[in-house]
Formats: sequence, structure tokens, C-alpha cells
Amino acid sequence: MLKLLTTFFLFFSTQLFAAEGKLIATPGVSQVEGSAGGGLVPWAQLAGYASQDEYAVNLFCSQGSVDDFRLRSCGAQLNLFDRVEFSLAEQTFRVNALDTEIKQQILGVKTRLYGDLVYSKWPMLSVGMQYKDLKDDTIAKALGADDNSGVDWYIATSKLHLGAIAGYNWFWNITARYTDANELGLLGFGGPNQDNYFMFEASTAILLSRELAFGIEYRQKPNNLGLDEDSWSDVFVAWLPNKSVSVTMAWLDLGKIAGAPDQDGLYLSLSGYF
Amino acid sequence: MKKFLCLFCLLLLLSACAHKANETLFYQLGGREGLSKIVTSFITNIGKDKQILPYFFDAKISRFRNQIYDHLCDITDGPCHYNGDSMIDIHTGMNINESDFNRLVDLLYKSMDEQHIPHPIQNKLIGRLAPLRSTIIYI
Ligand code: HEM
Repeated sequence: MLKLLTTFFLFFSTQLFAAEGKLIATPGVSQVEGSAGGGLVPWAQLAGYASQDEYAVNLFCSQGSVDDFRLRSCGAQLNLFDRVEFSLAEQTFRVNALDTEIKQQILGVKTRLYGDLVYSKWPMLSVGMQYKDLKDDTIAKALGADDNSGVDWYIATSKLHLGAIAGYNWFWNITARYTDANELGLLGFGGPNQDNYFMFEASTAILLSRELAFGIEYRQKPNNLGLDEDSWSDVFVAWLPNKSVSVTMAWLDLGKIAGAPDQDGLYLSLSGYF
Repeated sequence: MKKFLCLFCLLLLLSACAHKANETLFYQLGGREGLSKIVTSFITNIGKDKQILPYFFDAKISRFRNQIYDHLCDITDGPCHYNGDSMIDIHTGMNINESDFNRLVDLLYKSMDEQHIPHPIQNKLIGRLAPLRSTIIYI
């Protein structure tokens, strides 16, 4: 891991061109499905430092390890003129008990409808979708899921308030998602218990300096399979030392996953920005 | 989730405790001397910046220095009155874009760092300037 980190830093610190038109830390980081966001929640901001006259390309890799599972997610984003974000992510979900891995690919598109995180009068507003394609659906089918692919739709709104809390910059984001994905889609889509499609997600953070954010996240999840799928939450620290790299560490509280209770653990994520 | 929320609120409380009494932002920036030093750093940093310097090739620095001091002093509730031209009149036709504006914000943060202004106070000054953006870029 350390080696990966060093390589990452060297690579992105020596690059020649980088979009740098946004204020540092304002694009956020990369969430597990590949969109710009926190760790779990997609935010209204588009990925990378592109201003409305620039484009940006970013790469990320994240890993969350809880008691009985491990999720890896790596991918890329393209930001065109801070208007549209395209993202691709591949997730590898390890189920320790079965000694097996489940893969899923996600294609995301997000578009900014209104505003700027820092400067606009009203909060920034974006809509997005994530097309998810589960590559290994044996477990999903065994648990009673209906499909092995699905589409999530979401609307996200966010704002950074300058100097709002005792002079520190304060960030919040609220996302509403329409989804039938079980555990992000890793356990398939839909199921016998399906009744609720609309999920609520939120994040908030305080910026202790220009480069350091401390925050929390919450993500509601459906319970289509009748396995008491829990809401997720985390507390995170993100370090964005320059406009080329970011490192995020979080403590995850994922509750019950596929019947296994109390899934807690560490999350680590790296993003590199061109 | 609850324990994370508690942790977050605790941090908010801690940072709120560090809060200063309600003196003017001008005073928090170090008064006349403090602000004057920030402006000096700021002009030096503009002078070294490849992206911003070209905009200032025709500017008269001594005049800019006085005007920007007055403007910052005024906007931070200091004992000054800015009576220069409006932001729109000054910046129209300069073709300043979003990225330039943020770059200047970066340079101002850097200048305040150099003058050892605490981060929360830096944010407050940027917070006063942010609403002016639409009267400066793409006009
Ligand atoms: C909130 C941000 C800004 C404020 C408060 C501000 C304020 C001012 C003030 C008070 C002056 C002096 C006017 C005079 O000499 O009468 C000035 C001049 C100038 N500003 Fe801005 N400005 C801002 C942003 C920018 C940006 C982003 C740029 C370009 C990157 C810029 C470029 C200039 C230039 C080139 C001059 C000199 C004009 C001249 O003397 O010929 N300003 N500005």
C-alpha cells in the first residue's frame, strides 16, 4: 500500500498539465461508485479541478475492509468544462466467508444544472445516473435478486460556506437517489421485499485548513432482499495537499451485510488529478 | 451513525471555542499595519505569478496598491472609505475568467499565510470578497 501511495504521489506531482481552475479541495474526492463525492455519497460537484474553460481527467482507487468483506473500487473520471462528468469504475467485492470475489462495473454520468460550490447564491445542483453491470451474479440470484444490472438516478445539492463555523469553511451535501440496487448492486437488483426506491444520503465536513477536511456521511439503502440491509455511515479525513492528489481515510460503519452483522472497518482512497 | 455525529459536533464545539470576540475583521487582520503588509505580499505574489501578472502589465502599481488597500479596509469594516470606480467599471473588458479569479484567491490566501493570519480569519476575508465575483469575471 505504501509503495502504491508513493508511486501515486511521484506520478501526479511531476505531471506537466493539470486543470487548476477550481479552489483547492472544492471538487471533493471519489466515491465508491466512481462519481465525484465523498466516500459513499455522490456530491453535486463534478470531479477534478476543471473550471468552465477547462477539462480534467482523474484516476482513483479505494479500498474498504470491514469484518467479513472487502470492497475495492478503481476507476477514472472525465470532467468537461465543469458541466458534465463521465465516470467509469470497477468494483471487486470480496466475500471472506465464501472465499470468493464479485465484480461489478459502473458507468456514471453527472451534469451540473446550477451554481458553483463556493460562489453562487443558492446551493449547487446536479443530477446524475449510474449504470451498474454485475459481472458475477451467482450470489445475487441465490439471495433472490431479480436482475444483474440496474440504473441509479440521483439529484445532489451542495454548498461550501466560507468562514461559516467560527471562521472555518463548512461543507454540506444532500443527495436523493432512486435505486433498486442491493448493497450497491453487488448483490444484484430488486428482490422479493422491494417496496422503497427513494433513498436519502448526506455528507457534511469542516475544513480545518485549506487542505484538510474532516467530515461524516450517511447513506440510506433499500432492503429488497429482506436481509435487513442497513444504512451506511462513515467519519472521514481527507487531505488534499495540492491540486494533483488527494488521500482520504475513513472509518466505516456498514451495519449488516448479507446477514453478517456489525461490519466496521477502515477505508482508504487515493485520487490523482490531471 | 450517532457516534459519528457526536464526534463531528464535538469538533464544531471545539472550533467554536477558539472563536475571538466580535472585533472588526480589519482589526483581526492586524489593522493598518497588518493589512498593509498583506497588500505588499499580495502585490509581490501577483508579480511572480505567470497566470495573473499579464493582466497588470499596464497597471500603475502605486495607485493599485492604494486603491486595493482602501477597498480591503472598507470591506473589512476598517476606518476607510473606498471611493474608486465600481468593480464592474474597473474589470470590464479584461476578460478575466473563473480560473483567474480562483488563482487570485489562492494568491491572497498565500499572502495572508505569509503574514501569519490565522486560517479562520483568512476565510472571513475571502468570504467578503466572494460575492463580488460576478462583477469581475466574464464581463
Ligand atoms: C474580489 C476580487 C477583486 C477585487 C476586490 C478587485 C479590486 C480591484 C481594485 C480596488 C482595483 C484598483 C482600481 C483602481 O486602480 O482604481 C483593481 C484593479 C485591477 N484589477 Fe481587480 N479586483 C478583484 C479581482 C481581480 C481579478 C481576478 C483580476 C485579474 C486576474 C483583477 C485584475 C485587476 C487589474 C489588472 C487591475 C488594474 C487596473 C489598472 O490599474 O489598470 N482583479 N481591482
